[in-house]
Parts: sequence; C-alpha cells; structure tokens
Amino acid sequence: MKKTIIFGAMAVAGMAAVSASAATLDDVKAKGELACGVNTGVVGFAAPDASGKWVGFDVDVCRAVAAAVLGDSNAVKYVPLTSKNRFTALASGEIDMLARNTTWTFSRDVDLKFTFVGVNYYDGQAFMVPKALGVTSAKELDGATVCIQTGTTTELNLADFFRSNGMSYEPVPLDTNAENQKNYLAGACDVYTTDASALASSRATFENPDDHVILPEIVSKEPLGPLVRHGDNQWGDIVRWTLNALIAAEELGVTSANLAEMSNGTNSPEINRLLGTEGSLGEMLGLSADWAKNALAVSGNYGEIFETHIGESTAIGLARGLNAQWINGGLIYSPPFR
Amino acid sequence: MAMADQAGNQPAFRLSMLIYDSRYRSLTIQAVALMLFMLAVAWLLSNAASNLAALGKPLGFGFLSQPAGYDINQRLIEYNNQMSHGRAALVGILNTLLVAVLGCITATAIGIIVGVLRLSSNWIISRLMTVYIETVRNVPVLLWIILTNALLIESLPKIASFRGKDPASDLILWDSVAVTNSGTFIPSPVFGGGSGIVIAMFVLSLIAIVFFGRWAKARQAATGAILPTFWIKLAIFIIPALLFFFIMGRPVTLEYPEMARFRFEGGYVIRNSLISLWLALSLYTGAFIAEAVRAGIQAVSQGQSEAAFALGLRPNKTMSLIVLPQALRVIIPPLISQYLNLTKNSSLAIAVGYMDVTGTLGGITLNQTGREMESLMILMACYLSISITVSVFMNWYNESIKMKER
Repeated sequence: MKKTIIFGAMAVAGMAAVSASAATLDDVKAKGELACGVNTGVVGFAAPDASGKWVGFDVDVCRAVAAAVLGDSNAVKYVPLTSKNRFTALASGEIDMLARNTTWTFSRDVDLKFTFVGVNYYDGQAFMVPKALGVTSAKELDGATVCIQTGTTTELNLADFFRSNGMSYEPVPLDTNAENQKNYLAGACDVYTTDASALASSRATFENPDDHVILPEIVSKEPLGPLVRHGDNQWGDIVRWTLNALIAAEELGVTSANLAEMSNGTNSPEINRLLGTEGSLGEMLGLSADWAKNALAVSGNYGEIFETHIGESTAIGLARGLNAQWINGGLIYSPPFR
Repeated sequence: MAMADQAGNQPAFRLSMLIYDSRYRSLTIQAVALMLFMLAVAWLLSNAASNLAALGKPLGFGFLSQPAGYDINQRLIEYNNQMSHGRAALVGILNTLLVAVLGCITATAIGIIVGVLRLSSNWIISRLMTVYIETVRNVPVLLWIILTNALLIESLPKIASFRGKDPASDLILWDSVAVTNSGTFIPSPVFGGGSGIVIAMFVLSLIAIVFFGRWAKARQAATGAILPTFWIKLAIFIIPALLFFFIMGRPVTLEYPEMARFRFEGGYVIRNSLISLWLALSLYTGAFIAEAVRAGIQAVSQGQSEAAFALGLRPNKTMSLIVLPQALRVIIPPLISQYLNLTKNSSLAIAVGYMDVTGTLGGITLNQTGREMESLMILMACYLSISITVSVFMNWYNESIKMKER
C-alpha cells in the first residue's frame, strides 16, 4: 500500500518517505536523470567551475553512476547540500545517492539507515592554523577558538580530542565550508578543523596558502564514500559496483586512453567481464552490458579522476597516500569482477 | 423556510431537522467539519507513523537521554559534551529566550524612539527615520543578520592583534573591555565576603525607589508640587549601595579579561554571533514597531495635544503624559505580533553560528541522531509554548492598560 503524503511542515522536514523502498533504479530511469547530493562547494571534490558546471572528485562518481545507469554522464541533477541537511535529503528521497565527503560510521549505517557502498577517499580530521600563531602540534591548542562545520563527525571528534587531552576550546559552529573559511581568514577563529583533504582544498583557494599550516596530527579516521538509502539493494549494488569498476579499472590498467581499444576484447577475462564483452554482469545489475564502459568513459578510472581533481599536479596537491591501490601499498581495493 | 411558526408549538425532534432546521443546521455542519478535520489529522499521523516504521525508524524519544557528544560555546547553564541531547536542547532553548528577550527590549526602545521621531516637525529627522524604516523592513531579516555579522567580523580587530608585547590593538575603558571580531570581552564581578549586605542594600534601594515614586505621585496629585524625581531616584539608586560597598571594605571586585595563549580568559564574553543576531533582529523588528507607534500616535486625536498645549504642557510632557498613554491602546496589539515575529525569526541564528534551540536540537542533535520527526515536533512545541506565553502575557498587559470605561 503506497500512500501519498501532503504533510505541510513535516514533509518539508523530509519525512515524506514515500519512495523509501521503491525501486530507485526505475525512478531514475523514469526521471531520466540522477539526483545526486553533493557538497555546497569544496574545490576539487565538488564545486561549480567558472561556467557553472559541477566538477570534482565526488561529482565524477555521480557522473559515472549516471553514465552506467542512463548512458549519459550529463543526466545528473546536482543537489548541493550542507552537512546538516544531507541525510534528510537522502532519507526523504529528494536525492537518489549522496556523494558528499561523508564519513562512514556505525550510527549512520545502522541507526540512520544508510548503506555506504564503499570508500572513495580515506581521510582523517586535521587542524589548520595560521603560521603566525607559532603552533606546531594540535596538543598546543588548549584554549583556542575552533571553526567547525556543524552536523559533522568533525564536531564530535573535536569534542573527543579536546576532552581526552584535557584541553578546553571555544567552538564556532558554522554551516558551510565557505562560512568557515571566511571566519578563519578574518581571524574570528584561530583554528579551522575538518577532513585533511578539505583543508588542503580550502588552503589551495587562499590568497597566501603558505601563511597557513596543516598540523601533523590526524585525529580521526574518516572513510569518505557515496551512500544510498537502506532497503533498495539493487540500487545499492549499482552504485557500489560502479565505484568498484572505477577502482578495478585502475588496477587492471584500463584508462580513458585505451578504453575503446580494450572494449573490443582483450586477453584478460576480468577486463572482458568488466567491460561487458564476456559474461553478463551488466544484466545481473539490471543495466546494459556496457555499463562499466560508459562509467569509465566519463573521466577515466579512479586514478585518473584522482589526479585530475585533487592529485599532486593540481593546486590542492594531495598525495595518493592511503588512497593508492592496494598493490601500491594503499587501501583502495575492489572485490573481483566475477 | 418555515421557522417562525415552529417556535410556537415545539414539534418532536426528528433527525432530518439536523439538516433542514436552521437552529441545528450550523451545529451539524460544524460537527461534520470537525470530524472530517480529525479524520484528516488521524490519517496524516498514521501515514507518517507507518512510513517511519517502513523506514525502520519508529517514533521514539529515547535519544533525548543519550549523551550529546558535541560542545556548545554559549551556555547559560552547566553543560558539557557528556550531557544528554535533552540538556543540549535546554541550553538551546535558554539561548533562544536570551536573544528573544534582549531583542524585544531593544526593538521596543528603537521602535518608540524612531516612531516618535518620524512624526517630528524637523524635516531632516523625520525623513531620516522614514529612510531607516523603509530600508530595514523591506529587506529580509536573514540578510541583515548576515550583514551585521560580516561587518563585525571584517571591521573589528582580530584577537591576534591584542597578543604580543606591543599589540596593535588595546583594551578600552581603562583596560577592561576588549572588542574583538570574535566577541566582546568584559569584566565579571567577583563577590567576596560581605557582598551579600551590599546586594541587599541595593535591592532595598530599588524598593525604596518604587515607594518614593508612588509617594511623589500622590503628593503631586494632592498639592500640585513637582519634585525633581529623576535626580532623587538616581541618588537613592547609587548612594546607599556605594556607601555600604566602602563600609564593607569593597567586597565586590572585578575580574578583568586577561590575554592567555589564544584568547582572553576571565570575565565574560559576549560573542559576535549573539551581538549580530541581537542587533539585526532589534533593528529589523524595531522598524515595524516604529510604524505601529506612529499609527498609535496618529490615532490619538489632534485635539488632545492641542488641549495639552493650551494647558501649558511642554511637547515632551504632552507626549509622555497625554499622547503615549492613549496611543498604547492602539500600539500594544501589533506589538504582540512583532514580539512573536522576533522570537520566531531568532531561529535564523545558525546563519551566524549562534546556538539557539534550532541549532542544537533542530540542527546538531537532529543530524547526529537522525530523529527528524521527533526533533521537529519538540522544536515546534518549544516555539509554540514560547509564543503562547508571550501572547498571554502581552494580552494581560493590554487588558490592564485598556481605557477603563465606567
């Protein structure tokens, strides 16, 4: 029995969970576009470029899923969400998936009822301070004023870190990355704390990046990844294996340069299964046989996406580190395509 | 329709009379409408409950007693991150009430002054007030809040500029107050032994002022002689408490803000989030109140002030003794709704990072626990009860100043 809801204020609150357990794949196909929740603006991860087009590391995950499902990487409706309203948007069915630097935690998975389909960036919380402050360790921050994004795991980690070190601090809770940067740069807070990747991204946009230093302590584990609602396993599988296809492609050496050539058939059975020339993996997902090829055609494999948006050649300049392929000593690892 | 002749010989009640008899018809319609309304509400509630259950999130308020895990910068009561979500909500409610009360007081003051000045015969002043009212009230209050905050952050000196041997900025008012772009640090009183007597003396002089005021009024009514009450009241206000302060050996001292490693420690801090929210809400609501005040004053017949002038009252006496008391009857009802607006508008606090109840319960708690429905229901109940309390109180006040017709 499917009831419709016209629920005034409460519907606005996002509890009109009509489509919670409906088939998201059918919805997306019927709409002809994928509603993807992204950050309100973290350069490198998700931010509109000069022409207003959304680009970034997380955006490319949305685009890959859209390409896999609809065959068109531009059939994405980007819904910019603050850290505070992102879960409500996903739970209510306003968006089909969320790719917004979101940390996979127990309570978000179990209590908030979301399925994290994987990790696309292994991150950790760090602190940025102006160099002039002369601080070299986060342990010296007793009594500091700290800017944080409200509604994040950061907020809780921060409380834990200062409590376990017996230090006091003054939190300045703000809604978006942009607000935090403004307050931090104006000196209204001494410290800005969030995930190390987002700090690097913010610092790259500053006028004088060298005046700011990211302290060495990483105070938390922040595995960031795309997530969907509980209750629709088929849709969860599609997003999960699209992400895995990007990761596996890097491991198998499939790049945007050789994709066309490889999709004519290769000697490697796994590449053939991935690209749909062998087996019926696409059919099992309820997609076309060339779903992974479409996803990879958007901006290449995981490694290419990383290098394009946040890698060492960009202004953000993040090293692969933990996010290298497992064969290179990192944590990025896709289960086999079999 | 036959109704006149039925009144005479009461016929037995028939069911059809519920519709065809105009004596009962309106009751029938109301009863049916009420039933339909209740059904609609019940359907909505059961629908929400079943959808929540389908999501695996049955309605429950147990989360309120779980540890909150986050810190709040401005706390009027004891709170730390190990206390419950319920406690965090309470901290938020008190913060909402604080900014609402402060805002209502200043908005009223601004409203009365601006409203009176707008009617001033001085062309420049009245035009300036018109410009103020029209610009302020025709721009959304959220923009004013953000603008005020941005101005404070960008224009005031950083805390960093107070640090070091030769700081770029200095404390003002004999080194006691530091105005920075993250807040204003002021000294706090420290009550030593014997300060109880000083405070008791102070309270006594407040009571004395009330009694003196009544006595002076009665005396004026009886004899017509006017005392310089303001100066006498001021003297009663200051002298006894000051006297006892020195007799008891200055028991009340001030704790000054001192520069620590990062910020000022000691004393009180009034955060910029509170200042900007307070200021913006007061200026915004003040503009509306000014219009209500102007309407109230203009509603008082011109003859009243002419009569007062004829009796030789000066313009400010005329205003405060003749016009305003009569205008209040017109001013109070719109004033109530402005107070309610201000309280509700304070929920925009998160825009500047002020932790009101929308920020704690409706923001962080909602987000960390995923209990949207429950949090919003409590939040709505909070605002509803605050608003109802305000309007009950203001209606009582309105009743008490109404013209007593005998």
